[in-house]
Amino acid sequence: MEATAAPERRSGPGPAGAPDAPPSRRILVTGLSTYWGGLLAQRLERDPSIECVIGVDSRDPTRELERTEFVRVGTQHALLRRVVIAAEIDTVIDTRLTVDSTTVASRAAHENNVMGTMNVLAACGGSGSTVRKFVFKSSAHYYGSAQDDPAFFTEEMTRPYAPGTPIERDIVEAEASVADFAEKNPRTLVTLLRFANVLGPDVRTSHTKLLALPAVPMILGFDPRYQFVHEDDVVNALAHVVEHQQPGIFNVAGDGVLTLSEVAGMLGKSYAPALPPWGTGVAAAVARRLGVHIPPEMLGQLRFGRGLDNRKLKATGFRYRYTSRESVLKLSEHFRLHPILRAVEEPYHYEREVEEFLRWSPNVRDAAGRREEREDSGQPAELERRGAGERTPAPAIEGYDDLNASEIVPMVAALEPAQLSALREHERRSQDRRTVLAAIDKALARAENGAS
Amino acid sequence: MADEQRSSLRVDEVLPEGGSAPPAPVPARRDEDLREHLPGVEPERRLSDWGRSERIEGLFDRTLYDFFYNYWFRCEVEGVENVPASGGALLVSNHSGALPPDAPMIAKGIREEHAHPRQLHITVEHFFKGYPGFSMLVPKLGCVAAHPANVQRLLYDEGELVLVFPEGRKGSEKLYKNRYKLRRFGRGGFVEAAMRAQAPIVPVCVVGAEEAAPIFAHVGALKRLTGLIYFPITPTFPHFGVLGMLGYLPAKFKVRFLEPIYFDSEGLHEDKSLVQSVAHEVRARIQENLFEMVQTRKSVWFG
Repeated sequence: MEATAAPERRSGPGPAGAPDAPPSRRILVTGLSTYWGGLLAQRLERDPSIECVIGVDSRDPTRELERTEFVRVGTQHALLRRVVIAAEIDTVIDTRLTVDSTTVASRAAHENNVMGTMNVLAACGGSGSTVRKFVFKSSAHYYGSAQDDPAFFTEEMTRPYAPGTPIERDIVEAEASVADFAEKNPRTLVTLLRFANVLGPDVRTSHTKLLALPAVPMILGFDPRYQFVHEDDVVNALAHVVEHQQPGIFNVAGDGVLTLSEVAGMLGKSYAPALPPWGTGVAAAVARRLGVHIPPEMLGQLRFGRGLDNRKLKATGFRYRYTSRESVLKLSEHFRLHPILRAVEEPYHYEREVEEFLRWSPNVRDAAGRREEREDSGQPAELERRGAGERTPAPAIEGYDDLNASEIVPMVAALEPAQLSALREHERRSQDRRTVLAAIDKALARAENGAS
Repeated sequence: MADEQRSSLRVDEVLPEGGSAPPAPVPARRDEDLREHLPGVEPERRLSDWGRSERIEGLFDRTLYDFFYNYWFRCEVEGVENVPASGGALLVSNHSGALPPDAPMIAKGIREEHAHPRQLHITVEHFFKGYPGFSMLVPKLGCVAAHPANVQRLLYDEGELVLVFPEGRKGSEKLYKNRYKLRRFGRGGFVEAAMRAQAPIVPVCVVGAEEAAPIFAHVGALKRLTGLIYFPITPTFPHFGVLGMLGYLPAKFKVRFLEPIYFDSEGLHEDKSLVQSVAHEVRARIQENLFEMVQTRKSVWFG
C-alpha cells in the first residue's frame, strides 16, 4: 500500500524479500490476437528500453506488428512455461480475459477465463520462474450491478451478491486465482486492473453496438449511471503499470459518471425505453432474435448502472487523456465519420512467411535496417529528419507531428489540393504512415474529380 | 511490506448465497488522502456524478417545492446558522409521513434562509433504485442511496451537506397515534459515518410533517401484493391513487436546526460505546426539542 503512495521510491531495487522490481525488459503478452493484446504490443515495441516483446495466442495476430514475436500457443501451461523460461521473460501481461458474452459462447469464455487464467498463472509461478511482474486485465463486471451498490466502487469492495451471470462468475473466479497466485508468489509483483466499459472508434463491444443503434434502448423507468474509459486510456493504463511498480488492484475508468439519457443526448440520439421493467430478460431474448444482442451482464447495468472510484490509479501518477464525457464525444465523432472512412482502412492479414522474412531475412534493409541505423547514429538521423521537415512547407494542420493517424485522417478531407500535396510530401518524409497516405491520396483524387 | 502487498490483492470471498441482504460493506480506511484526485467539474454537463440534475431539481424547486414551502406548509426555520457554511456536515432529522415531505422542506429551508445557500444531499433507501420511474427521478432531485461509502465520500471527500433519517422507514411508517415519538436510531451508523469523516452532526427537528401526512393504518396483504415497502391508509391514499401520496394536509411546518456536535480527533468511530452514547445523545436532543416545539404551538394548522 505504501508503494502506491510514492511510486518513485520503489523504482530502485527493493529490499530483500519484497518483490524486487527491475524495470520490465522482456515481456510476454498473452492474448496477442485480442484487440487489447495487439494494441498493447504495438505500444510496447515502440519503447526502445524493452528488449523483446513476445505475444502468444491461439489465433493469428490481428494487428501489424514490427518486432513483436508471435508464438502460436493457447493456454497450455507446459508450452507457455517453456516459452517463459526460454525467453527469460520477466513480465507477463495477461490481456486475454473475455468480458463480453456476445463475442464467444459461454463455455468457450469459461474455458478461456477460468481455466486459461489458471494455466497462465501456473506457467508464471513456481520455483525457478523468471517472472517478476504479472499484470492482469480484468473488468469492472467484477463488482456487478445491484440495487444496494454504493455509488462509487473502491478497489477493496466486493459485490454484495454472488454473481448471477456466467461472465461475472468467470471474472470473480479468475480474480480469485490471481489473488491466490499473488499470495503464493510473494516475489512476483502482481497488478490487477479493473476496466470500466470501454468506448472508442475501433473497439467493438456490446455497448458500442448498442449505442450505434438509431435509438439507445433503455429499461422503462430506469436511467442508469455509466462510466466509460477511452480505448487509448486502456492501453496507456496497461503501459503505465508495466513501466511503474504498482502492486495491487486498480480501477480504470474515466472521470465523470454519466447517465444513459445524457449519453444518448451527447450522441444526438433519442432513447427508447423499449425494455419493460419486469420480464426484462424475456424481452432481451426477443431482442436477440431481432438482432440486438443485449448480454445478461449488461441487463444489470442497464437497470442499476455502476460508478467506479478511479482515484487510486490517479494517485500513482497516471493521467487520463479522456473523461467519460469526452470518450462519448469521440465515439459520436466516429459515428459521423465511419460511413465515409470505411473504405480507407484496409484490414490486416497475418502471413507467417512474410512476417518471418521481414524479421529475420538478411536481405531486408528497409524497416529493421533503418531502425538500427537510427539507433546507432541517433543524433544525425534526427537532424536529417528535421532538415527534411524544413525543406517541405509546413503542414496545414497544427501540431501535425504529434497527432496519430486516426486523428489526422478525419482532418484531411477539409484541406485544399495544394495543402494536400504538401502534406503528402511531409508525411512521406517524416513518418510515412500508410493509412494517412491512403487518406490523402483519396482526398486528392476526390478533389481532382470535383475539378473536372 | 511484502505482506501488505499481498493483502492488498486478497479479497475476502465471503459472498452470501441467495437473496438475503448482506451487511453493507464499510469502506476501509484509505492510507492516503485521495481528495485532490477527485474528478474536476465539467461545466458542459448539467448532471453531477451522483446523477443530480440541476435542470430537474431547479424545475421542482421553482414549482412544487416553492408552493409547498411558502404557501402550503408556510415553513418557519430557526437556527439555520447552525448549518456550517462550508465543509461536510451530517444533518440528522426526525422522519414522518408516507411519502415524507420533511426532506425537501429542510433542503429548501437551507437554500432560502442560509447566508451561504448550499445544496443538500438526501439519503434514501436502496429500495428506490429498484422502482421504475422513481429510480430515474430520485437521484435527479439530489437523493443518494444510504450506503456508508456514499456518505463517507460526500462528507469527507467532497465536503457536502448530507441529510439522514436514522429512524429510516420505521419513522415514515409510524402511525398517527405515535406522532413525534422517535423510533430507535438504527445501530448508530450515522454517528460512525460522521466520526469517520470528522464532520459535525447537526440535529434537526421538524414539526408539522406528522399532521401533513398522517398514516392511520397499514394493509399488510396489499403491501405484499404490490411489493411496496408499506401500504398505508392516509387521508388521500389509496383512494386518490398514487398522486394521492402528494395530497398533504396544510399543517404549519417548523424546522429547527440545533447546535452542531463536532468530532475533532481521528479514530473515534472505533469506540462502539462512544458511538452509541453519541447516537443516544442526538436522539434525546431531538426528542426534547420536538416536545418543546409541540408544547408551545397553539394550532396544528396556523402554528
